[in-house]
Amino acid sequence: MLEKADVKTIEKVVVRFSGDSGDGMQLAGTIFTNVSAGVGNQVSTFPDYPAEVRAPQGSLSGVSGFQVHIGVGVHTPGDKADVLIAMNPAALKQNVKHLKKGGTVIVDIDSFKESDLKKAQFVTDDPYKELDLNAQVLEVPITSMTKAALAESGLDNKSVLKCRNIFALGLVCWLFNRPIEAVIHHIKNKFARKPAVFEANSKVLQAGFDYGANTHASVSTYRIESEDVRPGYYTDINGNTAIAWGLILASEKSGRPLFLGSYPITPATDILHELAKRRDLGVKAIQMEDEIAGVCSAIGASFAGNLGVTSTSGPGLALKSEGIGLAVMAELPLVVIDVQRGGPSTGLPTKTEQTDLMQALYGRNGESPVVVVAPASPTDCFDMAFEASRLAIEHMTPVILLSDAFIGNGSSAWRVPDEGDYPQICPPYVPENLREAWKPYMRDESTMARYWAIPGTEGLAHRLGGLEKDYSTSALSIDPVNHEHMVMARREKVAKIADDIPELEVMCDADADTLLIGWGGTYGHLFTAAEELNKMGRKVAFAHFRYINPLPKNTFDVLSRYKKVICAELNTGMMADYLQSRFGGMQVLRINKIQGQPFLVQEIVDGVINIMDEK
Amino acid sequence: MDCVNFTPADYKSDQPVRWCPGCGDHAILNVLHKAMAEVGVPPHMTAVISGIGCSSRLPYYMNTYGFHTIHGRAAAIATGFKVANPEMSVWQISGDGDGLAIGGNHFIHAVRRNVDINILLLNNKIYGLTKGQYSPTSDRGFVSKSSPYGTTEDPFIPAELVFGARGNFFGRSIDVELATSQEVLVAAARHHGTSVVEILQNCVIFNNGIHNYITDREYRAERTIHLRHGEKMLFGKNMEKGLVRDGFLLKAVEVGKDGYTLDDVLVHDAHTRSNFLHQQLAMMDGHELPLAVGVIRDVDSLVYNEEIDMQISQIREKKGFSSLRDMILGGEHWEVKE
Repeated sequence: MLEKADVKTIEKVVVRFSGDSGDGMQLAGTIFTNVSAGVGNQVSTFPDYPAEVRAPQGSLSGVSGFQVHIGVGVHTPGDKADVLIAMNPAALKQNVKHLKKGGTVIVDIDSFKESDLKKAQFVTDDPYKELDLNAQVLEVPITSMTKAALAESGLDNKSVLKCRNIFALGLVCWLFNRPIEAVIHHIKNKFARKPAVFEANSKVLQAGFDYGANTHASVSTYRIESEDVRPGYYTDINGNTAIAWGLILASEKSGRPLFLGSYPITPATDILHELAKRRDLGVKAIQMEDEIAGVCSAIGASFAGNLGVTSTSGPGLALKSEGIGLAVMAELPLVVIDVQRGGPSTGLPTKTEQTDLMQALYGRNGESPVVVVAPASPTDCFDMAFEASRLAIEHMTPVILLSDAFIGNGSSAWRVPDEGDYPQICPPYVPENLREAWKPYMRDESTMARYWAIPGTEGLAHRLGGLEKDYSTSALSIDPVNHEHMVMARREKVAKIADDIPELEVMCDADADTLLIGWGGTYGHLFTAAEELNKMGRKVAFAHFRYINPLPKNTFDVLSRYKKVICAELNTGMMADYLQSRFGGMQVLRINKIQGQPFLVQEIVDGVINIMDEK
Repeated sequence: MDCVNFTPADYKSDQPVRWCPGCGDHAILNVLHKAMAEVGVPPHMTAVISGIGCSSRLPYYMNTYGFHTIHGRAAAIATGFKVANPEMSVWQISGDGDGLAIGGNHFIHAVRRNVDINILLLNNKIYGLTKGQYSPTSDRGFVSKSSPYGTTEDPFIPAELVFGARGNFFGRSIDVELATSQEVLVAAARHHGTSVVEILQNCVIFNNGIHNYITDREYRAERTIHLRHGEKMLFGKNMEKGLVRDGFLLKAVEVGKDGYTLDDVLVHDAHTRSNFLHQQLAMMDGHELPLAVGVIRDVDSLVYNEEIDMQISQIREKKGFSSLRDMILGGEHWEVKE
């Protein structure tokens, strides 16, 4: 091992990799994350990539970033970076706002020539001064060192330049004392089929590491605290993959095959990608001709006896509305995944927002209640996809799962569940003793769910449809009183699900006068903010909604215990409005942000203090 | 699939049929019951899926699994159904509005994919359920409630869409031709892959007589030709006329006249891969050349849902994962020990 000059021990650190969208920053960031998780750090990541597939090289619009937060007590990707890697002037310019005052910047000085500065629209030849940079800058000749390391590799110039990200990774690994063998293991997996590329990258990695150790011996390196974690197998998982896997587990636990009908849409497409790969587990994931066909094929699959799922983002959810209404009426299990992005219309396709809540709750014709749930973090996406499937199947209803771009793309270390960690899912098949008298809309009185007769079963042939049916005979009916009866039955069925979900839990200081609430993907930021407020002596309780319709049974009890209830969300106040409409007379105060970016912890801390200090 | 003997009544539900008296759909429903009995797939292994429109009421009158869905989407729903539960025989019932206007996109993509479903397209060239608007198959200039001065657009010819989407089965019949309808429906059911059957159907209320030019007993023999694989393309009251090649086109001639003999008359080959002649046959409209009924094209090709199943079994055998956990632990992971 190399000698270490000075090793500082710290609790957690935020590192941001940035460069051209073709520079491989996401790969370098991902490997760094996995290696850190492998040594027992908690990790949380935030890829921040441009909407353009390949913007002009070196331009401001082409900058791609990857932020990772590692250490102990990590719940978010961190507000600002301690260390920023900027592969060119554009990356530096775009990311300086994400850097802590007094942080460290590593730049590829070979990419800071006059022409590079021009591309990034610098007007002087001193970018640091122009940006008013308050940081320790390490100017490293990354490009020339990479070229030198690979002088005898026989690779062409283009392939050599592609290894620059790994040189930077080597440097960061030295800085944070990461085991280089683990990095090599990841690189080997990545380039398993290209041995020459693997060789080149591992050489460059070592070169980057050695460069740090040899030339910057005076700079402190960091040893980051690790936490005791529950024994078991772990892997790195992002929210979209977690959703795909949660659905697969639900299929295994229910015995119903998994079907996904989908259409590509940012930022949800990775769910389709992952499930398309999972033909190796028997999953049928198909790409349909449009969003409508996506939901409709899933409804067809559910009618056929599968767990039918469709995945999309806000614009796609709008197109699927009529289909979801059909599933409400036919009372079929259906899981609709909406990985929310900035709207309306095409909006901010790669950025995060929580603005589809009202659409999910109410965006259909007629009285058409559906279950709405929202995962709190990348790993919670697994649990909530499983939950969405469980509720859909056991209660014969569409369920909308509201994820978002932030947790969909963000990742954390996740413990692979053991057999028995999750419950069996029991589809409400037609009971043997009812088969003679059975009608398609006959309900189980305890849940109000109708029974599920799987096509192909002899004696249970039946017809479903979008037209209203008679409550007792299941035949077509336009009887006015019957219609109201059926509307109320479908409503009661969804309301009764409150008996089958966990109660709302109060965290932090439950005895405080102020309650901070939120829902979905903002959990990490909100929880961290609540903890910081309490540390500052500002007493705050915190509760987070993952089940939105129906609400947990104790919601009113919890909310009415506090003098001030503050709802922080990435929209103009949809959850706050929803709660106020449910609980007449209740005032829900608000912290809102609609910028396509997650909250910063500091923003929430400041927002809560402002509201607490108001008379 | 077990095929035992069923009667048409086995496919019939107890629901009262609510189409207008005299509607062509009654005859088609009865023929469908008969065709299903002839093919012999049990009712509980059959699913009938429809969209919205008069014809889309049909699933309620079947004693099979049935789903009356939303306007235009039946092809997408049927595709999901078939992929999810490939053991079932799947029928999709559509009209010209449901299938070719609002559902046009799903229609062409179902045909392109060649998913194993039977699409029954009942073409009455009108919107009946909304009480008389022109449809995508209405002729240019057609006067209706929504085109009081006549339409200013050309219609789709369903067969042309099917061939444009590279369809492998197209058959046609007329609501009053019960035997032909049954023959075509049976062939469609036995075809592997998407089959499209167009049935010219009369809307007695809003478009009465729209197909009379072809269907009137007086002219029917002269203005239609019943195509059968391997048989000469003959028509007319006494089968005295035939179709022959005329350069790249087809021509109707009288056998024994102008030097044409029976040998000159073309023999129908529904199974040839090239759709060049099939398309010409399907485009005949009863004016210069007789309208073709019967099975016009019936070609075997790779079937979407079967290819999916094949991929799944091959990849499962190759990778051998027994569960999600098994798959995850086969990939990148690390262990935290006590």
